[in-house]
Amino acid sequence: MKALPDAAVVIGASVGAIEALMILLPALPASYPLPVFVVVHIPPDKKSTLAELFAQRCSIAVKEAEDKESIRGGVVYFAPADYHLLVESDFTLSLSNEEPVLFSRPAIDVLFQSAADAYGNTLTGVVLTGGSTDGAAGLRSIIDAGGKGLVQSPDSAEGTTMPRAALAHCPEARPFPLQEIAALLKSLPATLSS
Amino acid sequence: MKSTAAEIEAVELQLLLTAIHEKSRYDFRDYSPASLKRRLLQAKDHFRCASLSELQHRVLHDPGLIPRLLPYLTVQVSELFRDPSYFLTLRRDVLPHLRTYPSLKVWVAGCSSGEELYSMAILFREEGLESRTIFYATDINTEALQKAEAGIYEIDRLALFSENYRRAGGKASLSDYYTAAYGRAKFDQTLKKQTVFSDHSLVSDSVFAEAHLVSCRNVLIYFNRSLQDRAVGLFKDSLVRRGFLGIGAKENLRFSGHADAFMEFNRLERIYQKL
Ligand SMILES: C[S@@+](CC[C@H](N)C(=O)[O-])C[C@H]1O[C@@H](n2cnc3c(N)ncnc32)[C@H](O)[C@@H]1O
Repeated sequence: MKALPDAAVVIGASVGAIEALMILLPALPASYPLPVFVVVHIPPDKKSTLAELFAQRCSIAVKEAEDKESIRGGVVYFAPADYHLLVESDFTLSLSNEEPVLFSRPAIDVLFQSAADAYGNTLTGVVLTGGSTDGAAGLRSIIDAGGKGLVQSPDSAEGTTMPRAALAHCPEARPFPLQEIAALLKSLPATLSS
Repeated sequence: MKSTAAEIEAVELQLLLTAIHEKSRYDFRDYSPASLKRRLLQAKDHFRCASLSELQHRVLHDPGLIPRLLPYLTVQVSELFRDPSYFLTLRRDVLPHLRTYPSLKVWVAGCSSGEELYSMAILFREEGLESRTIFYATDINTEALQKAEAGIYEIDRLALFSENYRRAGGKASLSDYYTAAYGRAKFDQTLKKQTVFSDHSLVSDSVFAEAHLVSCRNVLIYFNRSLQDRAVGLFKDSLVRRGFLGIGAKENLRFSGHADAFMEFNRLERIYQKL
């Protein structure tokens, strides 16, 4: 395969996140060349075990994001509970304790906006099921920076508020059922290198 | 490929930080840019500027604005006994070591409004080490330092603080340490009698005392790798041999050249011991 430009996928999900991600993440092969960053709204007191949970069920590597680590392709990075996850322009990760956004820390908007700055038109943002409006502004930033937006079709989502808000805020983004989002993510590297 | 707008904003951000550095003693040029940019974009809106460049222009012509930018430049989120298991580990595993010294110095670096300092003071009092200890509580945000000295917190934060205190192995009730009035809780003023509060920057100042325990939590995440390295170097130089360093729950020493000077004392709680 041709060398890929720096490119990435960011995913945000809230209520119903685990079930939705169980369809998306296990679909990605171990050789998947892109990094995938995921924010799931989790209560602050929960010791997040999302990375462990998904590592057992995915072929692609899965870990909790660590402050200042260098980004590698083929790894799914989960934001830790109670910290925002941000992508730096030098392709390292930062965590932050700053105020919750729309009552959430980690917040999807914070991840999406920083990743939009770092990756520009090679970023794909995915807004999944959820009961808040987090992610809508972030997806807007991704599209404004030339990236792509995918949204779980609200009628297939446990929480419809979040995908609806994203679609309302980003008419350019299209709704898809999860299986199709999985297929699109899988074919993304080929699209980028052509 | 980065968008043109993002590239321009990155340049504007660096110019703004350079202006702040030129016009004050604050140097934020080596902080983690993504979070800093987010917060300065909020400042831009607050001060009704059209762009970071306009904010930079204002800073250059009116340096009096810089103190008002500090709440955006620094993150002041804190709690008493934040991450209770950290304080529980200090109580159970670290203090028994510290007890062997006739006198102790504890440095709380980046103490914000004092939540971490009062947690430490209560812990040392309950373990009978208070009278032999001097605490240094430092920060660059002078307004936060004043709040730390006052030791007054909104009463609605106290339920969380009390729960944290209990989970941190607290021996009494947190309410024994404060008096509540007019919606606020004022902490027992004798808790700070062993404390020196001072304005000290991990970016530009040097080591000022020998310490047996340094607690610097949720400060390093706002620094880039080279600044983290500088800060950890200061902690190393400040600590006595076998002294302890505690950092935030999601911080690490991996990217510091000084990591080799420490051994992991408690990996999960991010407590290190100087070799
Ligand atoms: C998120 S607060 C952490 C408060 C407390 N340590 C805790 O963990 O709850 C970060 C603090 O670091 C301070 N800070 C930022 N830059 C600093 C520097 N260069 N030197 C010392 N303190 C700094 C900020 O002013 C802020 O009070």
